[in-house]
Amino acid sequence: MTTEHHDIEHPSSLKYVVIAIILSIVTALEVAVVYIEALSPVLLPLLGILSVGKFIVVVGYYMHLKFDNKLFTLLFATGLILAVYILTALMVLFRVFI
Amino acid sequence: MATHETTGHTTTTGLDNRKVMMWAFIGSDCLFFASLVSTYLLYRGKSVVGPYPYEVFNIPYTSVSAFVLLMSSLTMVLALSAIQRGDHTRLRIWLLATSILGCVFLGGQYFEFTVFVHEGVTMQGNLFGSSFFTLTGFHGLHVTFGVVILMSFFVMSLRGRLSQEQSLNIELAGLYWHFVDIVWIVIFTVIYLIEAPNVIH
Repeated sequence: MTTEHHDIEHPSSLKYVVIAIILSIVTALEVAVVYIEALSPVLLPLLGILSVGKFIVVVGYYMHLKFDNKLFTLLFATGLILAVYILTALMVLFRVFI
Repeated sequence: MATHETTGHTTTTGLDNRKVMMWAFIGSDCLFFASLVSTYLLYRGKSVVGPYPYEVFNIPYTSVSAFVLLMSSLTMVLALSAIQRGDHTRLRIWLLATSILGCVFLGGQYFEFTVFVHEGVTMQGNLFGSSFFTLTGFHGLHVTFGVVILMSFFVMSLRGRLSQEQSLNIELAGLYWHFVDIVWIVIFTVIYLIEAPNVIH
């Protein structure tokens, strides 16, 4: 019996390069927005959206969660959700607001 | 005996137990880094003596480091793609490229730490120093471990001890490497970029 990973279709090398270009552009955007003073009031949500976007793309495409068995997503999401929950709980508990 | 790489290690779910273990580890490591990021954020702005983050952070320099680590994720996934196609030459090229990019990142981190220490930021100096070095230091340790693993696979491939059927080993190393990259995506935003307006203006 072969393991499941051999049956999964992964993106092509070209698609990986395109994803890397998109990630680079988003990183450049992240750095650019902190230099624009007019964006100061919306800086936190803006940075949050951009970095969460990068995070999802790397996990989905480079780590293949988008194509892999959902059990792997469940294992990762369990740790991640707990991590975010603990972080948020501590921030609220100690009244820390960035 | 030689077939265990492709036929063994399956669980009742039909999934390879090494891959299940790697995802469980990554999930638990999320908690580890969350605790370190929480500590940094709880101590943020609580240092009673300097140097303060806005006095020492160099945003353009760290942005280049972030870009280097991001590109290492590309070379890592290309290495996996190469071994799955049975292209061992490209596998070695991309494994070596990933290791070099990892070393460049670590070199950059070492330089940054040296500059910080010269500026007076130390583990014992203030809350910023201790929480910053603990968080980024543990991330650096993860990167170092990843580089050692990748170099081991590079040497194994050179000696002809890494076959196409063992691509799962590269996939697991890749998962670990990409995880290190996503942790840096969070650290770069939460530690550096949020502080950036104070550094720049």
